[in-house]
Amino acid sequence: MMSTSIPKRIEKIQFALLSPKEIRAMSATKIITADTYDDDGFPIEMGLMDPKLGVIEPGLRCNTCGYKVDECPGHFGHIELAMPVIHVGFVKVIKSMLLSTCRNTTCGRLLMTDALRDEYQKQMDRFGTFQEALFNMEPVIDEVVKIAKDTSTCPHCGEEQKKITLDKPTSFREDGHKLTPKEVRERLEKISDDDLKVLGMNKMVARPEWMILKALPVPPVTVRPSITLESGDRSEDDLTHKLVDVLRINQRLQENRDAGAPQLIVEDLWELLQYHITTYFDNQTSGIPPARHRSGRPLKTLAQRLKGKEGRFRSNLSGKRVNFSARTVISPDPLISLDEVGVPEAIAKELTIPMRVHEYNLQQAKDLVLRGPDVYPGVNYVIRPDGHRIKVTDKNAPMLVEEKIEVGYIIERHLVDGDVVLFNRQPSLHRMSMMAHDVRIMGGKTFRLNLSVCPPYNADFDGDEMNLHCIQGEEARAEAKILMGVPQHILSPRFGGPIIGGIHDHISGMFLLTHGERYLDEMQTLFAVSLTDFAQKLPKPDKVEEAVGPDGSKRQVKYWSGKTIFSLALPDDFNITFKSAVCECDVKGNEPHDCPTDGFVEIINGKLIRGTIDEKAIGAFKGQILEKVVRDYGPDAGKAFINHVNRMAVMTVTILGFSTGIDDEDIPTDAKRQINERLIKAEQRVDRRVEAFQTGMLESMPGRSLEETLEVESMKILGNARDEAGKIAGRYLGLKNSAVIMAKSGARGSMLNLSQMSGSIGQQAVRGERINRGYLDRTLPHFKWGDLGAPAKGFVKSCYKEGLKPTEYFFHSMGGREGLVDTAVRTSRSGYMQRRLINALEDLKVLNDGTVRNTAGTIIQFKYGEDGIDPTRSVRGEPVNYADIMLEVFGAGDEKGSKSKKKGGDA
Amino acid sequence: MPRIDVLCHYMVPKHTLLTEDEVAEVLENFKITKNQLPKILRQDPAARAINAAEGDVVKIERESSTAGHCVAYRLVVDKETLI
Repeated sequence: MMSTSIPKRIEKIQFALLSPKEIRAMSATKIITADTYDDDGFPIEMGLMDPKLGVIEPGLRCNTCGYKVDECPGHFGHIELAMPVIHVGFVKVIKSMLLSTCRNTTCGRLLMTDALRDEYQKQMDRFGTFQEALFNMEPVIDEVVKIAKDTSTCPHCGEEQKKITLDKPTSFREDGHKLTPKEVRERLEKISDDDLKVLGMNKMVARPEWMILKALPVPPVTVRPSITLESGDRSEDDLTHKLVDVLRINQRLQENRDAGAPQLIVEDLWELLQYHITTYFDNQTSGIPPARHRSGRPLKTLAQRLKGKEGRFRSNLSGKRVNFSARTVISPDPLISLDEVGVPEAIAKELTIPMRVHEYNLQQAKDLVLRGPDVYPGVNYVIRPDGHRIKVTDKNAPMLVEEKIEVGYIIERHLVDGDVVLFNRQPSLHRMSMMAHDVRIMGGKTFRLNLSVCPPYNADFDGDEMNLHCIQGEEARAEAKILMGVPQHILSPRFGGPIIGGIHDHISGMFLLTHGERYLDEMQTLFAVSLTDFAQKLPKPDKVEEAVGPDGSKRQVKYWSGKTIFSLALPDDFNITFKSAVCECDVKGNEPHDCPTDGFVEIINGKLIRGTIDEKAIGAFKGQILEKVVRDYGPDAGKAFINHVNRMAVMTVTILGFSTGIDDEDIPTDAKRQINERLIKAEQRVDRRVEAFQTGMLESMPGRSLEETLEVESMKILGNARDEAGKIAGRYLGLKNSAVIMAKSGARGSMLNLSQMSGSIGQQAVRGERINRGYLDRTLPHFKWGDLGAPAKGFVKSCYKEGLKPTEYFFHSMGGREGLVDTAVRTSRSGYMQRRLINALEDLKVLNDGTVRNTAGTIIQFKYGEDGIDPTRSVRGEPVNYADIMLEVFGAGDEKGSKSKKKGGDA
Repeated sequence: MPRIDVLCHYMVPKHTLLTEDEVAEVLENFKITKNQLPKILRQDPAARAINAAEGDVVKIERESSTAGHCVAYRLVVDKETLI
C-alpha cells in the first residue's frame, strides 16, 4: 500500500560540478575491465555489469544495498582515466576561463586589476547570491570576461598573453600549439577562489578544473539494462557499448604510457579516448563523426536520451502512454445517438472496467466470470481482496466461480453497452476534442460516431483515427458524464453558440421537408418520423384529399405538411422568429416580413408557422432554434432535438430523393453567351486602362502610384465581371436545383463554387496581387513582353465545366499552390503558438470563490474573466439576451405579436 | 515639459492605496498571503502617481463592459529588488 505523505515544497535546486573526489566517493566499485559477462553468463567483478552496480535480474539481490529488483535504485561506479579528458558540455566555459586568466602557471590570476574586479564583485553582490539571481548576474559576467580577454598583458605578473582558439569540438590551441587537457587542467587549477565569482562560478560547489575529467562516473546497470533476446543472446544497451569503448582505449593508453611508448602513439590514444568520452556524452557533437553501432545505426548516448520530441522530457515526462485505451479508424453511423460511440466487440474484449462484487451483483459477477475472457461479455482478470490479480482463462473460470468469487472481490469485466468512455481526436485544440460518450457494442472494426459530433472533433471519414479511454472509477465516471458529456458541449465556450448540430444532409433534408408547401402522404410521413417516437403522436392531417383508384374506387388520402412534421421536434411552448439562410430580402435584423423564398421563420407555441428550416435554424455553428432549445430546455432536450431533427431529415432525404451531378451546373447557351459577352467587355475595359496607362492618360488614385492604380482597377473590373457572370448563371439555376439547394440552405458549397463551375473562375492571385512572376517582363512565353492585359496576368475566363486553357491552367495551379503552402505554414505556426500558450496556462484553475489561481496559490484574476461569466452560457459573448427576455416577459401568445417584439428590439 | 497626471486619463482605472486594516481584510477575504496577490511595479506610472511604496497594496477599480464594476488588488514591488 502507498503511504500517505505530506507533500513538500521544493525550496531550491542546486546545480554543481562533480569533483573527481566525489565521483570516487559515490562509486560502488572501480571499473577496470571492458568485459561484461564470463562464459557462464555471470557478471564479471569490476566489469561494466558488476553486481555492485545494482540488480536487473529478478530474484537476485544487490551486492551493495542488499535490496531486490525495483527496490534497489542502482549504484554508480567509476572509471579512473589514465589521462585527463575534457568534458564536451563545458568547452565554452573552459574557453572563457582560459581566455580571461593569465597563462603563466605560477600566476593564473584574472586578467584584471584587483580594484576593478572588486568593483564588479560589488555589482554582483547587489543581486544577492548565485542561487538567487544568477540570471541577473549574467550580463556582468559577460562584461568581465570581455574585458579580461581583451587584456594582453597580465596586470599581476606582466606575462604577455597568447591567443587561444577552440578547435571544435574539444581541443584548444595557443598560437597554433596544441594544449593538452592536462595543460588546460593545470591552468584552471591556478585560478584563485577570489577570481571565480566574477567569472560566474560558485566556489562553494564547483572548481573549474573539475570540468576536465580525471574519473568518469559509470551509471548504474538499472540505467542501461541489457536485454536477453529470444535466442538467448544478450543485447547490451548503447551506453554500455560506449563505456566498453572507453574502457578499452583507457586500458591501452595506460599500458602504452607505462611501457614508455613513443609520444605520438600516446597522443593518438589520448585523442581517441577524448573522442569516445565526447560521444558518450553527446553523439551529435558537431565536428566529429557520430559513433555507430555494428549495424551502422548511430548510438543513442546520454544527450540523445533527453533531447527532443522522443527524449525523456517530451516523450516520457510531459506525456506518457496509458492503459485502458484504444485507437482505430472512425466511420459514421446516423442511427446511433449523438452521445454514443460504436465500439467493435474485439476492442470491448480488451478494455475492461473494474466491478466490485457485492451481495447484489454476486450472481451477475459469477455469470460473467464463468464466460471466461474469450466469450463476450466476460472477464479478463479477477482481483482478490488482498490485491492479488488472477488472470481468467477458459480452464480456471469454473474453479474461480465455484471457489473464489465472493463479496469483496473485484472483477475486470469487458466493456458493455452504456459504459461511459472518453473519446478523443487529435489535435486536441479545445475541450470539445475530448468528450464522454456512452458505449454501443457493434460488429466491424471501426469506431462509429454520430455525424453531428464531427464539427467539434473536426473529424471526417477519409481515414481519420480516434482514441478511446475507458474510465476506471465511479467518481471519474460521474464526473465525466456531468462535465464532459456530449450534450454538455452542444453550446461551445468558443463563441457561446452551438458547435454540435445538423450538417450536410441534415440541412438539405430539413430544407426539402419545410421549404414552401411540401405535403407528404401517410406512407411518406410515417417513413419520415419512423426513427423517432413521433409516429404515435402524429397530429391530425393538414389536408385530406379524395383519390380515385384505377378500379374507380374512392378513398381518402391524408397529407401532412413538412412544417407540421418538423414542429413535432419542438417543445410545445417554443417561440422564435428569425431570418433563415435562404432569405435574400433586404430586411435588417429579425424584422417580420413576407419573404418570397419562404425565408422568414416564425415559430409560435411550438408550431412552425412559416419559413424554411436550414443552416441558420439547426446547423452546427449557426442554428438559432437549436441554440434556444439547448439554452432554455437544457442539454438533454438539446440532444433529443438534434437526434430527432437529424433522423427526420435523413429519412426525408431518403424518401424524397436528393442527388446532384455535373448537369446541375448546366446553363442554357443563351446564358453562356451573355456571360461570355460580359467577360469580353471586362477584358476590353482592362485593355483600355492598360492603354491609358501606357499613353500616360491614366489618373493615379490618391496615395498610389500609376502601376498600383492600374492593378487595383483591373482587379476591381475583373472581380466585378466574375461576380456578374455568377449572377447571370445563378438566374438560370433555381431553387429546384439540388446544387443550389445545398448552397443556399448552407448544407455544403456556396454560390461562388457554383458560379465558378458554370460561369467563370475569375482572377487568380499570388500574394494578393495579379500574377506577375515567371519570365522576364511576362508571366509565360505565350504572351508578349510587358503585356498587362487580363489573360496575361492570370484572369481565368473559363469555368470548371468547360475546362481551362493551358495558360489559365498554369495560373490556376499557381494560385492553388499558394493556398496549400499557406495552410501548411499556418497550421505549424499556430500549433507552436498554442503549445506555448497552453504550457503557460496549464496550471490555472477557477476556484469556488470565482478567483483564478495557479498552483502556487497566486491570484491571477479576482473574478474569472473579470465578470465571472461562463462563456458556454453566454449568448454569443454577451452575458444575457435582452430581446429574448423581453419576448418571454411580454409574451408572443397573440398571433400578431409584433408589438411586444418591437419592444424587445429596442431594449 | 509639463507633468501629466496619468490618473486623469480616461483609460487609466482608479488606483487607491489600501490602509493596513483594509489590506488585512482583503487577504482574509481571499485567504491568501500578501505574496499571492498580483504585482504592480513601484515604477508603474499609476503607482508613482499615488506615491505607492514597496509592500503597499493598491486597489484598482475599472468599469468593464461586461461586468460593470470590477475590482482588483495588486502588491507594489520594486523593479530593483525583483528577482
